Amino acid sequence: MARSVSPRRKLINTTVAWAIGLLIFFPILWTILTSFKSEAQAIAAPPIFLGFDWTLENYRVVMERSDYGRFLWNSIIIAGLSTVLGCIIAVPAAWSMAFVPSKRTKDILLWMLSTKMLPAVGVLYPIYLLFIQMGLLDSRFGLVVVLMLINLPIIVWMLYTYFKEIPGEILEAARMDGATLRQELIYVLTPMAIPGIASTLLLNFILAWNEAFWTLNLTAVNAAPLTAFIASYSSPEGLFFAKLSAASTMAIAPILILGWFSQKQLVRGLTFGAVK
Amino acid sequence: MATKASRSAARIMMAPAVILLLGWMLVPLIMTLWFSFRVYLPLRGGDQGWAGFDNYVRFVSSSAFWPAVTTTLIIVLGVLAITVIFGIMIALLLDQPIWGQGVVRILVIAPFFVMPTVSALVWKNMFMDPVNGLFAHLWRLFGAEPVSWLSDASMGSIVMIVSWQWLPFATLILLTAVQSLDSEQLEAAEMDGAPWIKRFWFIVLPHLSRAITIVILIQTIFLLAIFAEIFVTTGGAFGTRTLSYLIFQRVLESQNVGLGSAGGVYAIILANIIAIFLMRIVGKNLD
Repeated sequence: MARSVSPRRKLINTTVAWAIGLLIFFPILWTILTSFKSEAQAIAAPPIFLGFDWTLENYRVVMERSDYGRFLWNSIIIAGLSTVLGCIIAVPAAWSMAFVPSKRTKDILLWMLSTKMLPAVGVLYPIYLLFIQMGLLDSRFGLVVVLMLINLPIIVWMLYTYFKEIPGEILEAARMDGATLRQELIYVLTPMAIPGIASTLLLNFILAWNEAFWTLNLTAVNAAPLTAFIASYSSPEGLFFAKLSAASTMAIAPILILGWFSQKQLVRGLTFGAVK
Repeated sequence: MATKASRSAARIMMAPAVILLLGWMLVPLIMTLWFSFRVYLPLRGGDQGWAGFDNYVRFVSSSAFWPAVTTTLIIVLGVLAITVIFGIMIALLLDQPIWGQGVVRILVIAPFFVMPTVSALVWKNMFMDPVNGLFAHLWRLFGAEPVSWLSDASMGSIVMIVSWQWLPFATLILLTAVQSLDSEQLEAAEMDGAPWIKRFWFIVLPHLSRAITIVILIQTIFLLAIFAEIFVTTGGAFGTRTLSYLIFQRVLESQNVGLGSAGGVYAIILANIIAIFLMRIVGKNLD
């Protein structure tokens, strides 16, 4: 509903909007800045905003001290595999629901969504127990499966809303020309669906990367991803602000950048298409 | 349009997702239900038989129950109020023509992509630390005594941290809704001399009502389950023990699975009541 306004109004709006934006962003900015300070300057009073001696020392120490690489690798593997696996399972399901809808399609979609509402803490122990019995505790494979299942409803929903927008006439035309189901899938649908699948992968990768209930409760050492790496800084190392900041920056930077690309998908994905 | 063959193919394609989710839902749910009726202490003798409704009664009558309910309600309602009110204000502002709109939107949305453990730790140490935190510096600058935020104002601090994380989500959803508002209606109202507040109340707010409802329902489901923010900051101390944190403590810290499972069943029922409302709205969208 954007309208044209007087330059003076625009200037005031711009100033207020930037002030609010910077205020909200400030904790992240401050963390990034602090990660380049020495420990002494990080807690200097009064705080130093920009005029400090920039150093990469903290990054070096964090890398050396706590096997950061392994945590990062675990995060990438767990978030990446759970998302890809989820998509492999969800694409056929969403495809059939979007193009061959039946009376029950709506019920199935809503039921899938309802599994997402199950509070994790309510089923923590059973999962914990099953994991112990199957030897999955503290394994990357176990987390991949759990995060895949948690995000599966969102993946199905997102793909469904994207597939719904592909005009059915095109598929019918392909069918008329004698395309088999497989040909239809590979040559007609896939090229049109790729942008939707890419956005789905992106948002769900972010959600899996930041998931902090199962990743904290089902891992110890081997499979611990970055969420657990950061949680280990809760005390007393957390008092070393510069190192905490460096570790935090390393944990959030990749996802922050991906996140900025996926703003639109966030609305679609997390509202299950109910806000457009 | 669908042939019989494509129908059965569709069923086969749906099967893996449906079966997996069915298993993911039913297996732990049935186990939780089963445990909730047992005396089950893994470290003190294991499964010691039938408990009837004892766990359910004990969970509700424990002295930690009502404070946990109150804490949960305060966090959920506090965060909802802050994120919805500020979300609407920021969404309306960002909808105005401004310079660098894209950049401002990126700044506002950023906190949502910060993992909960990081945001909790950064707030806890770098801002709320009573000695070296930025707030402490700020307070001293004005000659005030620094506050130990997470122990003396624990609830306010948690609400503030969680609101910071969820404000971007509310803003983005509301902004999407604001942008779909028909500007002609507003202009007509403006020409008829309707004051700003009336235009907001009678045109903008009704248009946003659906988006607001969705923000409230989705956030409620996530807020009822917040874990990392409390785990990392206070560990449930200083009156910040929510219902889900209480269940977590019963199950993993005191290793009383029967009692914790009964709590889990309460949490599942509570979440389902909210979910039903969410489903109705989302379901309408499917027709």
